[in-house]
Amino acid sequence: MKILCTTKRVTDYERKVKISPDGSSLVTEGMNFVANPFDEIAIEEALRLVKAHGGEVVVVSMGAKEAEQQIRQGLAMGADRGILVTSEALDSDAVARTLVKLIEKEKPDIVLMGKQATDDDANQAGQLLAGYLGWPQATFASKHEGLDSAEEKAGKPGVAFAGGKAQVVREVDGGMETLEVTLPAVITTDLRLNQPRFPSLPGIMKAKKKPMETIAIATLGIDVAAKVKMVKYTEPPARKAGVKVDSVDTLISKLKTEAKVI
Amino acid sequence: MSNVLVVAEISHKALKNATFTAVTFAREAAQRTGGQVHGLAIGQGVADAAREFATYVPTVHLAESDQLAQPTAEAYAQAIVAAAKAANASVVVMAATFQGKDIMPRAAALLGAGMASDVSGFAGPDGFLIRRAIQAGNVIATVDIKTATKVVTTRPTEFAPAAKLAAAGNVAPLAVTLTELKTRYVSFEEVKSTRPELTDARVVVSGGRGLKEGANYAKIIEPLADKLGAAVGASRAIVDAGWVPNDMQVGQTGKVVAPDLYIAVGISGAIQHVAGMKGSKTIVAINKDAEAPIFQIADYGLVADLFKVVPELTSKL
Repeated sequence: MKILCTTKRVTDYERKVKISPDGSSLVTEGMNFVANPFDEIAIEEALRLVKAHGGEVVVVSMGAKEAEQQIRQGLAMGADRGILVTSEALDSDAVARTLVKLIEKEKPDIVLMGKQATDDDANQAGQLLAGYLGWPQATFASKHEGLDSAEEKAGKPGVAFAGGKAQVVREVDGGMETLEVTLPAVITTDLRLNQPRFPSLPGIMKAKKKPMETIAIATLGIDVAAKVKMVKYTEPPARKAGVKVDSVDTLISKLKTEAKVI
Repeated sequence: MSNVLVVAEISHKALKNATFTAVTFAREAAQRTGGQVHGLAIGQGVADAAREFATYVPTVHLAESDQLAQPTAEAYAQAIVAAAKAANASVVVMAATFQGKDIMPRAAALLGAGMASDVSGFAGPDGFLIRRAIQAGNVIATVDIKTATKVVTTRPTEFAPAAKLAAAGNVAPLAVTLTELKTRYVSFEEVKSTRPELTDARVVVSGGRGLKEGANYAKIIEPLADKLGAAVGASRAIVDAGWVPNDMQVGQTGKVVAPDLYIAVGISGAIQHVAGMKGSKTIVAINKDAEAPIFQIADYGLVADLFKVVPELTSKL
């Protein structure tokens, strides 16, 4: 089994990012960068699947050459190979079409990606990719067993694979649904699919020697022009400052007479 | 042509309310493109829902078949492409529900269209620049979809539900030839509730880790919600812990809600949770930690032991 995973280099999602004075860009100087947490869940799932079924995990990232750090982190978790596609910032569609080119060569059985990136919250790339490839998709993959369950502690994959098909439990409106997709397929991961492992020190050392291929996007022959162009960034409207109330009675009174919501 | 196609969300053979918020965006989009609004209803045995939809949009295309009985992106995206063609639509819209998020990007790929996700509205009085929240709602991005065909999913809380038309429109069957599907719908475990839907409710009461254990959700949150006729929500922490079902999660990657009143009980107020509720008109926070970030966004903050004050609040309402 060959699984291709993506990892996106994003600004630390615990920090609020600043907007440049002219609104034309986000200020990333001095910001801490991390791997998109949803992609970490995807890599973790891939590692569990190949542990159970044998195979190889390839981790891909695209963008600045610093994204190699995030790929190395995936390799430190246990992935086998990395591919870095160096490019300017890409919109979701260009990411998907770049992946199509890599997939033509790599021919994975499964593409596992985070459902969305915490910076742009687009939640498109996996679905776009599946559409371009004509592959079935199972988005927002999760599982019934909780993150403190015995199965999770044992590192069992949430995705069930048998006979060339994968069964994926998905978080949807109103509950959980189960889909079965015939491989090859695109699966995107949601929060509760697994708890990604921390890279161990031996893992980090081994990762330095694992194969890393760097490809300049121009050599892939795709049109990288954005289909969705960022025009400007602004702050959302600020809320009026709130007040502390000292009792339930005061709260009820304010909600009735001031806020008029009850 | 410059028509706008809006895809209905149908569940249990009925239109979901999110559909009407997408119609509101679609109507404005049609004004800007100079076209008409068309609707698309997909499913099996959903003719009644299609007819109801036709009281909101003048022409509804109805795509029905066994392969469309369950919402799989693989099948539904094909129906959307067929409808976009039949409707001469240059803009295709759906509410950014779980279903919309799943199927619309796939449809965008098939249409060669750029897509803007979970949008809040247009930027400027004319043209087609669109506003959407990024960075967990801390930044508003104005985007320009450069392709001739544009796909948009709309954030339901940002649009008022559309009013019905003066005269009902018509429903036209749409023949869709589907490829042999590689997706099989196995099962759906639905969480049924008699409470209002989280995304529709006027009042939401949410619980977090401050509740200390799962049993306390029913003891503390539910009576308050019942008193207020409210929907119930949760922070990611307690959904992860298995105290409540996943579709109660409010947040950046869960549900975005904007009720008149949001009461956060025992919730610290992480960036990702706040992203899902900061559009609420009035926010109340109850937490014993005065430093909890939730107090930065709350209109009314009560620093107190929730086990004491929430039952008190419930009894005094």
